[in-house]
Parts: sequence; structure tokens; C-alpha cells
Amino acid sequence: MEFLGITLNFYSWQTIFGSAISGVFLGSIYALVALGLTLIYGVLHIINFAHGALLMLSMYAVFFLWHIFGIDPYVALLIVVPGGYIFGYGLQRSIIGKISHGRDEIVLLVTLGVSIVIENVSLFSFSATERSVRVPYDLDGIDLGVTYVVYPELAALGASLLITLLLWLFIDKTDTGKAIRAVAKERQGAQLMGINVEHIFAVSFGIGTACVAAAACLLVPTYPVHPQIGYLFVLIAFTVVVLGGMGSFIGALVGGFLIGITEQLGRLFLGESLGVITISVIFILVLLFRPTGLFGQRLS
Amino acid sequence: MTKDIKTKTRREFMKTAAAGSVVAATGIAGFPHIAKAAAPVKIGVIHPVTGWAQYSGSQCRFGAMTALEEINAAGGIKSLNGAKLEALLGDAQSKPEVGAAEVDKMNEAGVSSIMGAYASNICLATTQAAAKYGIPHVVDVGVSDKIVSRGLTNTFRFKPGFGTYTKVGIETFIAINRAAGSPTKRIALVHENTTGFGAGMAKLVTEGLKPEGIEVVEVLAHPTPNKDFRNIALKLKEVDPDVIIPSHYYSDGVLFLRTLMRQKFRPKAIYSILGGASSQYRFVKEFPEAAKYVLDCTDWVDPKKQSAIDLRKKTEAAGKHFNYEVFLGYLAMQFTAASIEQAGSTDHEKITEAMATSTWDGHHMPYGPTKMVNGQNQGAQPVGTQILNNEIEVISPKEFATAKAVFPRPS
Repeated sequence: MEFLGITLNFYSWQTIFGSAISGVFLGSIYALVALGLTLIYGVLHIINFAHGALLMLSMYAVFFLWHIFGIDPYVALLIVVPGGYIFGYGLQRSIIGKISHGRDEIVLLVTLGVSIVIENVSLFSFSATERSVRVPYDLDGIDLGVTYVVYPELAALGASLLITLLLWLFIDKTDTGKAIRAVAKERQGAQLMGINVEHIFAVSFGIGTACVAAAACLLVPTYPVHPQIGYLFVLIAFTVVVLGGMGSFIGALVGGFLIGITEQLGRLFLGESLGVITISVIFILVLLFRPTGLFGQRLS
Repeated sequence: MTKDIKTKTRREFMKTAAAGSVVAATGIAGFPHIAKAAAPVKIGVIHPVTGWAQYSGSQCRFGAMTALEEINAAGGIKSLNGAKLEALLGDAQSKPEVGAAEVDKMNEAGVSSIMGAYASNICLATTQAAAKYGIPHVVDVGVSDKIVSRGLTNTFRFKPGFGTYTKVGIETFIAINRAAGSPTKRIALVHENTTGFGAGMAKLVTEGLKPEGIEVVEVLAHPTPNKDFRNIALKLKEVDPDVIIPSHYYSDGVLFLRTLMRQKFRPKAIYSILGGASSQYRFVKEFPEAAKYVLDCTDWVDPKKQSAIDLRKKTEAAGKHFNYEVFLGYLAMQFTAASIEQAGSTDHEKITEAMATSTWDGHHMPYGPTKMVNGQNQGAQPVGTQILNNEIEVISPKEFATAKAVFPRPS
């Protein structure tokens, strides 16, 4: 059917329902990537352009752990997530924090520079070749009737829910979480109360990087690794963060699902190329009618 | 005394200088090839070695550089007194406009010719940019027929174009289907949409298969790269075709075939026309289950030629996968060098003339001697391949076949 020059496709309800379910699983991947970003971008107001490069670097770490030592990507969570935290902490403390002197516009340029360095060093070291992990459960899963869901997709969905819960508990219930919120709200006031602001910045950056490292472990069984892989997810993750509300973990989760479902249904009805504009339509509508995002707090 | 010595010295100097000038003049005028021998022949090698096509571009570059090293090791361009080939490498970054900018740089660097640039949309841009300067350009992989149908006299393609792939692809499929008792009634096409390739193919396939009583029930286009094929798999499950004809680049091909497996959808056959992943050893090695029995109408070497066997060994020894990108990159460099050899000059017009009139047959493709018409090699033809027992076998034409097609695939 043609409408305003656009071909609209119609399918059975099973296909539509199957597409929506696949959108939930795609959305869980977006949410996983966006969770780390929302902590850094939303709470500390750091626009981390290196997020995609860090995702790619973590995916390479997972790949080489599997390739060299035979470590399963899910077992690799135990190594890559703490490694991601240490790397992120060190990056903020030794490079980003030192060069930026707390100025947001310099932070933006520094993270952009870090991302360029990481991507080109990866291209030089690992070459442009795509690398894939083969796991025995790659094609196994459960039949939902309208679609078949493999275990790596179920794991990504479960992990996004669990990580959201853990992050929320951490920020809401622990002293460090309270310190992060305090620094985000009033940096000087927090410092006067004895909070080590530099340390809290680095902790937040470390947790954000650990989140993206966890996302990498869950992505690798499904997606190949190459130096450009970060771009596929991070640009949409930025949209998810703004849509869900900056700094809101629930917002990142719901935003991820919303974008995932919208994208899949858009691609089903409008075609694979045109369908992705539905993400921009949703994004513009939210900015027009709810500029703080779905779960964002209104600025006083 | 002193004056005499000075006078004598000046005279001697004048004599020596005059004698030297005569020797130098004789050398240049009498033996011009000696004076020019040291000058290398610059060839622009443009590929996308970063961006979405980085893997394929790197493979093409490897093939081109392997050929260049072999030509230099064998004595360079003999008609230019053994002048060595020198590659000027350019990265198109998987973007047509960057590819065109690389051509501008290479023109300033004084290249004698250009080869590349893998994807059709990049080749369209680089050939057009090269035409501005009259630089001969050999296309290595790009399949779009627009590349050689815009009247650009500098553009040459040694391998077949899209129309030939589709024509041969349909004929080969009809032959395979008839041999199996014509079990195919419904077909679906899945193609990338960065060029008009997919839409054109859909029309030709629909018209070509109609007399056989085969209906094209779905045509699904997707962007490149595509990060998710679940929707396409669901649509295919709904229309339930007997055979799927995919046509896209490597990474999309892998993801598409893996998604079909994840969705437990197994048609009677996957018959690609330029399937990207469908005749790649890397795919066979990494995902043997998804690769099993996949048919393809694609570029492949003459499997019986020793030079092709040697190139495969060399490629694998370098830790690379032997695929069409490698041997087409290799071939484009060989053709470029053969044309410079024939021209005996680095002049753009002379090389272009040599390419246009070339009858070169020193290649390892199932083509025969070169015959260019409007920049397209008329003898170039694709072959039918199938992945059987983790090996890429040629199933057609008969004179090059190494195995018999298995169709429909066993359940």
C-alpha cells in the first residue's frame, strides 16, 4: 500500500508480534550500552565520546580471552568487568581528569581524542578483520511461537534488567552512590563535606566502563568484533539516554526497549532503510513534549 | 708559472666538461631507456581499509600488493627497462566522496594509473574523479553496470558486471532446478540497497524465472551494514519461499545466514547471486553449519590453474583467507601492469589505449583472452559454486566444475 509516496507493508499478527518481541531483545542491547553512558553522561555531565571505543576494546578483550584461553564470554564477565572498572578509573584519573581541569568542553574533546586513539591503535594492532566467537549454545534457545529466541538474546535481556537493578541499588543505597549523587548535584558543596571529588569522578567513570564491558560480554556471542563496531550501538545509546532521561537507569532501560521496539516495527512496516527514521520521530516528539526525557527530573 | 698552471687547469676543465657533456648527451639521446630506468611507475591503489567495508578493502589491497611484489620480483615492466611498480595507497574510508578525494591526491602525486576501489558506489566516484584527469582506472570488484556505461573512456573492468551475474545466475539456477525435477515454485530475494543492483536484479530474476513457473514472492531490501536481520527472517518465514536468493556484502551475508539458522528457517536452498559470504573460506571455517550447501553465482578462479593454486597457498601462508577480493585485487593489478607493459610508457593516453585493445590472457580466471568493449571485458564470466564438505567447489560451467550440485539440500 502506498501512502504519501511511502510503501507500507502489511504482515500477519504473528510476524508483527514476533517483530515487537525481537525489538525487546534489540532494545535490551541498547539499554546495556546506554546504562554506562547514562551514569557518566547523566550524573557527571561528561559527554563520553569514547564510550563506543571502550565498548569495542572490551569486545576485543572478550574475543581474545575466548580465542587464546578458551574462556566463555559469560565467564569472561568475571575478568572483563573488573578490568573495565580499573581501566575506566585509570583513564579518568590519569588522562581525562588531568587534561580537562573539570571544564566540560575540554572533557568532550579529550574523550573524542581518546576514542580516536583507541580506534586507530585497535585498527593497527588487530587489523580490520571481523572476528567472531563461536559458542556451542549460539543457535539454541526457546520457541515463542511467533519467533525463536536464542540463549544469548535471553542472557542480554536478563543482564540488562539485573544491571539496572544493581546500579539503582548502588546509587540509592550505598555511601559511594550517595557521594556520586552529591557530586552530581553540587560539586563544591560535596567537596566541602569531605568528599574526594576526583576519586568519585574516577569511580563513576570506572563503573560506566565496567557496564560497557558487561555489555561487550553479552554482545560478543551475537555480533562480530571489528574496530568500527562501537558506532553501531553508541549513537543510538546517546538517543536512549536523552529519551529515558539523563542519569536515570530505569529511563535507560525503558528507553532502550522503546527504541528497540520502535525501530523493529518501523523497519517491518516501512522497510529496513526507511524504518530507522521512526527512532528520530520518537526522539523529536519526546524532546518537544517532555524535554527532560521520560524519567528525567525537571531542572529547578 | 702560476698563470700557466691556472690557464692549463681552466683549459683542462673546459675539455673535461665538454667531453662529459658529449657523453651525457649521447647517453640520453642514444639510450633513453637507461636514463629512465630508475624511475618507478606509480600506481594508485584505492580501497576502503577503514569503515564498514574495511575487511573486504584490506583483502583487495593484499591481493593487489601481492601481484605488485611478484611483478617487481620478476623484473618489473620490461618495456620500460625493468621499471619497478610503486603503489600509492589510498583509504576510501568506505565513503565514495573520500575515494574521489584520494584520486585528486594521486593525480597530484603523478600516478600512471589507478586501481580499486571495491564497492560499486566507491568505484562510481573514483572512476568519475579519475576521468577528470584522464587517468586510466581499473575497477577490481564493483559490479554496478553504471561503472562502465557512463561513457568514461578511462574506466575498465576486467571481471563481469551485474547484468552478466544475473543472467548467468538465472541460467545456472534453472539448470540445477530442472536437474532436480523442478521442485522450486516460490523464490524470495534479499538484497542490499546501496546501488540499484538489488532492484534491477529483482526485475531480471522475476522475468527470467517466470517461464519456468517460478514466482518471486518477496523482495526485501536492506541498508549496508545492517545490524539486525530478525525482521527479514520473520518476513521470510511468513511467505515461506522454496529458495532464497540473497545478494549483499560479507558481514551482512554472515549475519543474515546465521539469523536464518537462529530462526530455524531452512528453505530448500540458499542460492546467492553475489552473496558476499556465500563463497568465502572464512565463513566456511567460522560457521560451517550455516555455510553448508550454500550455492552462489560469483567470481572464482579456474580451480585447475597452477597460478590460482599458488595464490591460494600464498594467501593462506600470510594468514589471510583466500576469497574473491584477494584474487580480483590481484587480477586488477596484473591487468594494469600488463597494459603498462604493452604501452611501453607511463603516459595516460597510451596506457588507456593499451587497456582498450588488450588481448592479455596471462590470468587465472575462467575467462579466455581479454576483449574490452566500452571498458568491459567481454570474456569475463561468473561461475556457480557450492559449499560442500567445508570446501568451495565449482559446480558450473562443466569445463571448470570440481563437483556436482547438491539441490535441494538434504534435510
